[in-house]
Amino acid sequence: MKKYISDFTIVEKQTYGQQYFKLVLKHPDILPEILPGQFVEVEVKDNKNVYLRRPISIHDVDIEANTLSLLIQIVGKGTATLSHLTIGDKLNLVYPLGKGFSIEGKNVLLIGGGCGLAPLLHTARCYSNKGIRPKVLLGGRTADLIPIKEEFNTFADLYFATEDGSLGEKGLVTTHSIFLQSYDRIVTCGPNPMMKAIARYANEKGIECEVSLENSMACGIGACLCCVADTDNGHKCVCKEGPVFNAKDLIKWSNS
Amino acid sequence: MLEVNIHKLKLKNPVMTASGTFGYGEEFADFIDINRLGGIIVKGTTGSHREGNPYPRMAETPSGMLNAVGLQNVGVDAFCENIYPRIQHFDTNVIVNVSGSTIDEYCQTAEKINALDNIPAIELNISCPNVKKGGMGFGTNPEMAAQVVSEVRKVYNKTLIVKLTPNVTNITEIAVAVEGAGADSVSLINTMLGMAIDVERRKPMLSTITGGLSGAAVKPVAVRMVWQVAKAVKIPVIGLGGISSTNDALEFLMAGATAIEIGTANFIDPTITIKIIEGIQEYLDRHNIKDIKDIIGII
Repeated sequence: MKKYISDFTIVEKQTYGQQYFKLVLKHPDILPEILPGQFVEVEVKDNKNVYLRRPISIHDVDIEANTLSLLIQIVGKGTATLSHLTIGDKLNLVYPLGKGFSIEGKNVLLIGGGCGLAPLLHTARCYSNKGIRPKVLLGGRTADLIPIKEEFNTFADLYFATEDGSLGEKGLVTTHSIFLQSYDRIVTCGPNPMMKAIARYANEKGIECEVSLENSMACGIGACLCCVADTDNGHKCVCKEGPVFNAKDLIKWSNS
Repeated sequence: MLEVNIHKLKLKNPVMTASGTFGYGEEFADFIDINRLGGIIVKGTTGSHREGNPYPRMAETPSGMLNAVGLQNVGVDAFCENIYPRIQHFDTNVIVNVSGSTIDEYCQTAEKINALDNIPAIELNISCPNVKKGGMGFGTNPEMAAQVVSEVRKVYNKTLIVKLTPNVTNITEIAVAVEGAGADSVSLINTMLGMAIDVERRKPMLSTITGGLSGAAVKPVAVRMVWQVAKAVKIPVIGLGGISSTNDALEFLMAGATAIEIGTANFIDPTITIKIIEGIQEYLDRHNIKDIKDIIGII
């Protein structure tokens, strides 16, 4: 897929508690095709301690409005700087990057942990466009740490797991009763321990499973080889050969 | 006029890309016309496939970054077979960065690249700080540097550029040694050995503990070293180290670099090379300078 670099304009901003915010970004012209699970590299200006771009997964895409949205968790100085942006500000993006989810299967479970739910909204939308209504399981320590909820209802049946029991079942996503049912595909993005457990489960049960990895990156386009994941086929760039990997290629990783 | 020569190489302009920051050029083809560049120096290539160092391999630092990729590459045979056919038609100088753990490995790799018609030069990497054997080990000792260059010289008959490490007491000593051993040009600087610690986790930021610092932070050191080396050798000098703007590029040229390489800045702006080529032309026009050679080494 062709990659681009453009200045987008922030047309909407929403904050969700202390940690999360969403930016809706309007493309200057016509947005190219964007696959669910792809990401952008965002330029961070006005912070002399931030040198590199920040990889952020694409949360949603509105082709008609020519917008894409980013759901961002404040985890460091780069994302903190981005959180100060306001409507009307410009943001330079390199996009769309990486391999997305394959949007296959009929009986599909999408699992997001914390900010890992970000790419799953566009993913759920794409399944819905194919006439498939996936189940979506979102998890977090508390209900407040699951920033986006109702937005999924249009495309998916929604379930929750929270460690304090404040929303949905009490416990981790991996112990949710949704696993009593069977699936032909699982798609997941979230903290590594969660994804490793899900990848092991899927591999044991022989369920197709796609995992979206997050590693720190420099270039985002497969040039610097900094963001590699240790896959069963050797070091692979998360930015170019991922971020979406088939769990079958991550057996060593999922057991580590 | 932006044309410059590095030994037998004719560059349409002095702007090249630094090894390890530009992949094989293809990664940037969506953003810029590769054919407008003076040259591209592709990923460090070794005698056989290397997996490189474990993740994490990168840490952002003030105005720069540390990397410890460790020469992950497909190996020279896979390069010749699979990658060369895809990139040989670029209308620019495609130069291969050659690295190794032993003199034999350098020579065997250089010899295989010598057979490729559309690779007019190699950049001999005796300066990688991220491999346990070889690499920088060769580049920190004048005798060893001269030895590897003279052995490669015997099997390589095109333009031989030698990439120098800044992690030495006196870089001119190494530059003079490799010039004497038959190098046609030297490029400098490779990354500076550095280190960063995550104090919350109380762990090093890199799996290898130390790594190579690049980016704007190293630029003044690089300009100084280019200036020193350009005064000490007769062969052309290629300058690199943190170049992120037209002004940065001009500093290196004035310090004595005949050409420059852009590295880490490609990660921040994948179109930076073209902006700098246009910026240099604009500078020459603005100052009514006809030939870029009139500013090279004026300091």
